[in-house]
Amino acid sequence: MNTQTSSQGVLIIGATSAIAQACARIWAARGARLVLVGRDLARLEAQAADLRVRGASQVAVMLLDASEWTRHEMVVGEAVQELGQFDIALIAHGSLPDQAACATDAALAMQEMQINGLSTAALMGVIANRLQAQGHGTLAVISSVAGDRGRQSNYVYGSAKALVSAYAQGLRNRLNAHGVSVLTVKPGFVDTPMTGHLPKGLLWAQPERVAADIDRAIARRADVIYTPWFWRWIMLIIRGVPERVFKRLKL
Amino acid sequence: MTPVNWLSARRSGWGRYPTGAFRIWAASSPDAASAALKAPGARPVLLRGRGRAYGDAALADHLVETAQWDHLLDFDERTGVLVCEAGVSLDDILRIFVPRGWFLSVTPGTRYVSVGGAIAADVHGKNHHQVGSFSEHLLWMDMLLGNGSVHRVSPSEHEELFRATCGGMGLTGGILRAGIRLMRIGSSQIEQTRVIAPSLHELMRAFEAHADAPYSVAWIDCSARGAALGRGVLMLGRHTELGPLRAPQAAQRSMPTDAPSWLLNRWSLVGFNAIYFAAGRLVSRKQRVDLGRFFYPLDGISDWNRLYGGAGFTQYQCVIPRPRAESVLRLMLDRIAASGRGSFLAVLKLLGPANANPLSFPMQGFTLALDFKISEGLWALLDELDGMVLEAGGRLYLAKDARMSEAMFKQSYPRWTEFQAVRARWGAVGVFRSRLAERLGLE
Repeated sequence: MNTQTSSQGVLIIGATSAIAQACARIWAARGARLVLVGRDLARLEAQAADLRVRGASQVAVMLLDASEWTRHEMVVGEAVQELGQFDIALIAHGSLPDQAACATDAALAMQEMQINGLSTAALMGVIANRLQAQGHGTLAVISSVAGDRGRQSNYVYGSAKALVSAYAQGLRNRLNAHGVSVLTVKPGFVDTPMTGHLPKGLLWAQPERVAADIDRAIARRADVIYTPWFWRWIMLIIRGVPERVFKRLKL
Repeated sequence: MTPVNWLSARRSGWGRYPTGAFRIWAASSPDAASAALKAPGARPVLLRGRGRAYGDAALADHLVETAQWDHLLDFDERTGVLVCEAGVSLDDILRIFVPRGWFLSVTPGTRYVSVGGAIAADVHGKNHHQVGSFSEHLLWMDMLLGNGSVHRVSPSEHEELFRATCGGMGLTGGILRAGIRLMRIGSSQIEQTRVIAPSLHELMRAFEAHADAPYSVAWIDCSARGAALGRGVLMLGRHTELGPLRAPQAAQRSMPTDAPSWLLNRWSLVGFNAIYFAAGRLVSRKQRVDLGRFFYPLDGISDWNRLYGGAGFTQYQCVIPRPRAESVLRLMLDRIAASGRGSFLAVLKLLGPANANPLSFPMQGFTLALDFKISEGLWALLDELDGMVLEAGGRLYLAKDARMSEAMFKQSYPRWTEFQAVRARWGAVGVFRSRLAERLGLE
């Protein structure tokens, strides 16, 4: 363990999500300083205590509902003040919309777009400016394989994540000259509370597996990762199917 | 308030018998759990940890699953006291604390149980003869009671509730958080000594001769008969002072599918046990092994419960009080060998004195544990064994049981009336109830 990693500064939005928590535990074990941002104070505080026991050198918690975009600048500002320099920002908040309900309820559909797409883009923008100013660090954002192609079973979630992926791509292009990395994380099926109601099969991964992939990708300054790795090949095939065939499939 | 989303899903214990569809809610935190009690019609209810009890102990109409309650809340380097949420697994604790020179004061044979489950079953380990069971290293717990309130319970605060909850199989209330005492270790290696015993008599004498060893357990070849009946290998262990501090390795192998049911027949069992026994003979008497290998040999193979095929299995674990242990165990082993139904794994262990908890399993004597594949005629055999256990003044381990009768339970755990009175006084009756409780007449 060198001094560089032991003082790693980390900002996590949506910190109580299963993937974010698994990432935070990896970084805490190396002595990181963390700021956890989320909606549920009691759970954030339990998580902060947990990360301290696991080795984090400093943990602070902040409350934010990501859809309140007018508060983004202030909360991120406070987090940066807490951390001084930060090496990693991870944006991991989200929900899994009920597609059928969204199809008949426009307000619900827009709310889901807000949670999974717009609020993420707004936060990425605010954090990107901070990273650009300090001239180093990585912005990692949880997108999804669902954003690679719209499907009838979850196109509200999919299109919100497509927005996130394209937005991250643009930021990566902009920040490259400033020494800042932007990592787009595209998980497949992950066994988390968000997907607790779905039947699990062979393609499902544990959040710890996804977190280990994210940690490695940040270390090698990767641009886009699929996790677990096999989703790159699955999505290559899915993207390759011509639209006139794809539209007949039950996906 | 937290919304309670009950979902229907299949669940079973580790033995995969019995199994069924139950209403499940994965509560996000210990504080959210009380919402389950306020949800209309959600009775009876039970908290479920990692599902490692073998039978129906963690099955109920409404199950609140605690896997997300996996936060370590505080650790005091001076005293070794760890405060954590009840869904934390022993594996989580080992991965963090073994590298720092701490170990569980008491650990069962698998590290994939939750702290809440370990308390509810008041689990014991290979050091029971010296340090007692899990609850003897438990300082306090936060409990959710039947009326939705949360109380801190310890040997000095609400002692009767503390005693009834340790070993009480979740029937007195929900265990939310706990403070447990860890023990210091100098290394993660165990100095293991094997003693080969050619008969049950020799094996039991070896246990007593080596009672000063901190850890002891024996594997019995339960297919052997005649003079070799009860032959086995006694494994003794102690922590070494110097060496590396490494957490146990994650499972390297797994059972990808259910084993075909013909795999476990009389002849394959005889062969397996004979080979194991021969291996025990060949290995040097003394060696250093990692604590993972010493304490958790089966955790190295994930899903090993599939070994017994799709119909599942049950583990029969009894304790026989010391004075008559040898003659009764001889009778039982002979009956099991004659049935040809014995298991890969027969484990014998000398237990220390019982504690003050009304339903804790251990008592001064020898405990024998065997797996049985569920098959035609098994229940009659186990009923027969029950009769021998009862007559000897012994009892069965509730965390393993899936089939004993109400009469057997009430005769072998005479303090069940006291347990019921505590449940009634603390508002648990009609709220917290499992399939096991229904089967054993603990309404």
